[in-house]
Amino acid sequence: MIFDPVVMALLLVASLGMAGALAGGLFAAQLLRQWNPASGDARQIALERRTHLAATVLRLLLLAQMAALVLFVHNADRMAILFTGAMCALGTLNVNAYGMPAFLLMMAVFFLAALWLLVDAADREGRDYPLTRLKYGLLLMAAPVLLASGILQWLYFLNLDPNVITSCCSKLFTPEGSGVQAELSALPPASALTALFGGLALLAGLAALASWRPGTLAYAAYGLSGTLFFAVAIVAIISVISPYIYDTPVHHCPFCILKPQYGFIGYALYGPLFGASALALGVALLALWPAPASLHDALPHRMRRMTVLSAVLFALFALANLYAIATSDLILFH
Amino acid sequence: MSGWKQWLARQRYLLDFTVAAMWRRRWRNLLLLLVYALVVFLLASVLFYGSALRRDAAAVLSEAPEVTVQRIVLGRHALSPPDWPDRLRGIRGTRQVQGRLWGYYYDRANGANYTIMVPSHFSPEHSLKPGEAIVGAAVKRLRDERGLGWLHLLSPADNRLLRLKIVRTLPAESELVSADLILVSEKDFRRFFHLKPEDGFTDITLRVRNRNEIDTVAAKISTLLPQARVITRRDILRTYENLFSWREGVVLAMLAAALAAFAIFAFDKASGLSAEERREIGVLKALGWDTRDVMAMKLWEGMLVSLLAFLFGVVAAWLHIYMFDAGVLVPVLKGWSVLYPQVALTPHVDALQLAALAFMTIVPFTAATLVPVWKAAITDPDVVMR
Repeated sequence: MIFDPVVMALLLVASLGMAGALAGGLFAAQLLRQWNPASGDARQIALERRTHLAATVLRLLLLAQMAALVLFVHNADRMAILFTGAMCALGTLNVNAYGMPAFLLMMAVFFLAALWLLVDAADREGRDYPLTRLKYGLLLMAAPVLLASGILQWLYFLNLDPNVITSCCSKLFTPEGSGVQAELSALPPASALTALFGGLALLAGLAALASWRPGTLAYAAYGLSGTLFFAVAIVAIISVISPYIYDTPVHHCPFCILKPQYGFIGYALYGPLFGASALALGVALLALWPAPASLHDALPHRMRRMTVLSAVLFALFALANLYAIATSDLILFH
Repeated sequence: MSGWKQWLARQRYLLDFTVAAMWRRRWRNLLLLLVYALVVFLLASVLFYGSALRRDAAAVLSEAPEVTVQRIVLGRHALSPPDWPDRLRGIRGTRQVQGRLWGYYYDRANGANYTIMVPSHFSPEHSLKPGEAIVGAAVKRLRDERGLGWLHLLSPADNRLLRLKIVRTLPAESELVSADLILVSEKDFRRFFHLKPEDGFTDITLRVRNRNEIDTVAAKISTLLPQARVITRRDILRTYENLFSWREGVVLAMLAAALAAFAIFAFDKASGLSAEERREIGVLKALGWDTRDVMAMKLWEGMLVSLLAFLFGVVAAWLHIYMFDAGVLVPVLKGWSVLYPQVALTPHVDALQLAALAFMTIVPFTAATLVPVWKAAITDPDVVMR
């Protein structure tokens, strides 16, 4: 089923990502062994020049990978009509064994890419390549994930068979079933709502603390909590927010909310959530990594901006949740 | 917030400079822009046309009956016995069960194939008296050029002539599926094909009151009538979706060669810096620009060309498909036959297509130009100004 325009576009991006992961990984390995900004050696000069190419290529490549995640999910939703039993993106992803792993790895790529881009942006503020080692160490870690995600996407699209009967989301995300999805769906709504809004309140407090008393500890606390909150938010969406959106207590699918009949509200939920969590991850890393001298002035400003932006996005996420609950006809609590 | 403003101002100055530099080499850039826009135009035309066809097919089918039942004998479609509709009415949840009469007719006069059909009892606007016919627009064009309003068909069963008065032509909106259609009364149909009432029907259609029950009803029919093949509306939609996506994809795959050629062209254009450009970069670096600034300028250049080409290409493709009826692509994507549907497509562009198109054109172009851009940017001033 690779003869489909959107699939071909996705595979093109995936292939470029694989090529970038291979070349970037090799370059990163070389750089980590030989990098020495103090030296005026010809090899160091050549390496510094090549970092300009590598960084530009990676910047564009990783941005494309992040955009590809949105395209991938939207396309899976569109293709649901092609498979018997599929009602939304989840059914399409379950047509073969590669779909779900490919999707999860693409999410991992999204966060790694965002992290790399944030570190890269901080690195470019200093003239002496202050975070270059961190940047390429990170790339070395991300390269296998990027490669695996590309391979899985190829396997997934090559093995899409329209004759396979797949499972609909209402079969998987149901409290009576078995597996992780069922466990998440069966979570009591009251505790899920408490965790969701309690977590958001905690994040607001930590963000306020970080702007009032900026420091390594405050930023690290905000960054790590924001990153962990991502998991809490996904669990809450599955267990309680989705039923509010569908106006029925039995449907828990986290993919159907991306459909047009629910006003694409899923994008309003996931967009801010992913952005805010990725920024929080970046804040945590930059806070915990020893600050280079050349970024002494610039880095605190940057962390402050990232924290504010992340907090604003979390607030938007909270608003989207409140909107979903307020406009729902479902009454879960008396 | 000052860092942000500073960054913005910097990008604005870079952009200003880039536009001026591009204007100095306008003919070269114009050529690149033209080729680029042509590539976008080709890809966009295929994408828009394919999706418009799929949407039109879906729109037409949205009114189709939920379930169609056909009898299969020896693995082939056979006539359904006359008692089947009554047996199907016994299944709870079904309504508007009716036997349909339709068949294909090969017109020896011009080599076209028509679909001859008896209109449904449930659409009174198509009811016909014996001797009358309603025809699809393509049949009208082919058989009634002078507009006299008569249709003569030679019966395949006994070579007798059937003379029909054309009372109406089917609306153009449904031409994708109704181009070759001739609607006649049941009496004329049975006489034309020598089909007795006890022979039964071509197939049987029914509606299902509750959409969620369609699969259950289909399963019940299979159990009740083991000889029957049950086709749901979703199956038909899926087939159309598959077919048009596949054709679209094959055409795009062929265009991949053009895309590769374009990437090489872009690579070549970007690496062949003129002596003047080289000197310009040398001067900039001598003035204090560093490698990052030069790369940023060159990337701005690429981005401007990409944006313009994308815009021109997409607008041209839109005009091509919706104003000029996709002259270039019609035979490949729609299928071909003597009786050709002439469809005016409903204008529609969705974000998913535009995103796919951007990935397919801008990504290869940028990928092809990055290395040459970097090579230019790392040049030392003394090397070029010597």
